[in-house]
Amino acid sequence: MEQYLPLYQKAAVLTIRLGILGIVFSILIGLICSFVLYYQIPIIKRIVAIYIEISRNTPLLVQLFFIYYGLPKIGIPTNAEICGIAGLSFLGGSYMTEAFRSGLEAVDKVQLESAESLGMNRFQTMRYVILPQAVSISIPAFMANVIFLLKETSVFSAISLMDLMFTAKDLIGLYYKTTESLFLLVVFYLIILLPISIIGSLLERRVRYAGFGD
Amino acid sequence: MAEELLTIDHLTKQYGENVILNDVSLTVHKGEVVVVVGSSGCGKSTLLRCINALESIQGGEICLQGEKIEQEGKNITALRQKIGMVFQCYELFPHLTVLNNILLAPVKVQKRREEEVKAEAFELLKRVGLEDKADSYPRQLSGGQKQRIAIVRALCMHPDILLFDEVTAALDPEMVREVLDVILELAEQGRTMIIVTHEMQFAKAVADRIIFIDDGKIIENSKPEQFFSHPETERAKQFLNMFEYKRK
Ligand SMILES: Nc1ncnc2c1ncn2[C@@H]1O[C@H](COP(=O)(O)OP(=O)(O)O)[C@@H](O)[C@H]1O
Ligand SMILES: [Mg+2]
Repeated sequence: MEQYLPLYQKAAVLTIRLGILGIVFSILIGLICSFVLYYQIPIIKRIVAIYIEISRNTPLLVQLFFIYYGLPKIGIPTNAEICGIAGLSFLGGSYMTEAFRSGLEAVDKVQLESAESLGMNRFQTMRYVILPQAVSISIPAFMANVIFLLKETSVFSAISLMDLMFTAKDLIGLYYKTTESLFLLVVFYLIILLPISIIGSLLERRVRYAGFGD
Repeated sequence: MAEELLTIDHLTKQYGENVILNDVSLTVHKGEVVVVVGSSGCGKSTLLRCINALESIQGGEICLQGEKIEQEGKNITALRQKIGMVFQCYELFPHLTVLNNILLAPVKVQKRREEEVKAEAFELLKRVGLEDKADSYPRQLSGGQKQRIAIVRALCMHPDILLFDEVTAALDPEMVREVLDVILELAEQGRTMIIVTHEMQFAKAVADRIIFIDDGKIIENSKPEQFFSHPETERAKQFLNMFEYKRK
C-alpha cells in the first residue's frame, strides 16, 4: 500500500490548495454579497439574489462543466485548476453569503441604534459594533461551509484534476486495488477534514463562552 | 433665563397615515431637567428618538444650539455626540468589556486620547460604584448595573444634553433606586436632561418642569408642584389617579 502514498500526498496537496483558494474567494464573494443584501443596495441586490438561486440550486459538477467546457467555446481560454477554483468559489460564495447575512441580521437592531446615538457613522457602526457580533454568530455556519466545500472538491476529478478522488479512481482502474485505494481515500479526507472540524468546535465553544448571549 | 439649548418647533411625526406626534413644541434651557410623562403609547419614546434623529420627522424642526437636527444631515454624527441617550432595554455592546463599551466612542469617534478617557471612565465608574466591573462583560452584570454603565458611557462623550427613556422600566424594584440616584446626582450637577419615566415620586423630586403628553400632543407643561397637586386637564387628573391607591 505504501507505494501509493506519494500519489495520495500529491493529490491531497492539490485538493487542499484548490480547496483553500476556492474558500478564500468564497469568503470574499460572501462578504461583498452579504453587505449588498444587508444594506439593501438597489438593483445589485436583485443580481445577488439571482446568483444565489443559481449557485445553490445547481450541482457543482454542472457548474464545473459549464465553466470548463463553456468558457473556451466563447473564446475564454482556461485550465482545469482555474476552473476548479472558479467553480468552488461560485458555489461557496452563495453559501458564505447566507452564513454572513444571517449573522449580520441576527445582531439586534437596538445595537445599531445605540451605536448611532453615540455618534458613530455607518462605517464605524459596522466595524466596531455589528461586524464583531455578526462574525461570532456566523462561525458555526461558516465552519460547516468550509467542510462542505472541501468535500465538494471531490468532483474536481470530473474535469481531470488529479485530486484525491481522481487518484483513487485511477488506481482502481489501473491495478484493481479497490480496497486499498478506497481505504487511503477515506484516510486522506479524514486527515484533511478532522482537524478543521475540531478547530470549528473549539471556535464555537470559545465564542459561546466569551462574553456573549445574555 | 439660561440659554436655550434645545428647541422643538411644531414637530410632527407620522408612521404612514398614523400621526404619533402632533404639532409638538418645546424649549429646553441649559441646566434644565424636563420630565416627560404620559400613558403608554402616547409618543414619549418617539419624541426622544426624534430628538436623536433615530426617526425621520414629517413636519417642524428640532434644533440643538441653533443647529438643525436632520436624519440625513451632514453634521448628524457630530450632533448626536452632543446628545447622550440611554434606552429602556440594556443596549451595551455584548462583545466588549464594560471599559471598552465606555471607551469605544470617545476614542474611535471623538479621537480623544485613550489614557485621558480611561482616567475619566474610572472616575465615573467610581461615582456610580462600579469601578470593580471595568473588565466584566455586560452579560455578567445585573440590569441595574448595566443601566448605570450605559449612563457612564453616555457621560463620557461629554454631551450637552442627556435623554433617558424609561431607564428603570425593565428593572427589578430593588435596582430602580440605584439607577435613579445616579440621575438625581446628575441633576444636582446642573446637567440638562429630558427624562421619560413612570416613577412619579422620582419625577417630582428631579424635575424642573413636567411635560404631559396625551395622544401625541403636549397638553400640560408646568412646574412639578403645579402638575402634581393641581393638574389642569381632565386627562392628566385621570393619569395621576392611576398612581393613587385607595380602598373604596
Ligand atoms: N416603528 C413603528 N411603526 C409604527 N408605529 C409605531 C412604531 N413605533 C411606535 N409606533 C407607535 O407610536 C405610538 C407611540 O409609541 P411610543 O413613542 O413608543 O410610546 P410611549 O413611549 O409613550 O409608550 C404607539 O402607538 C406605537 O404603536
Ligand atoms: Mg416608550
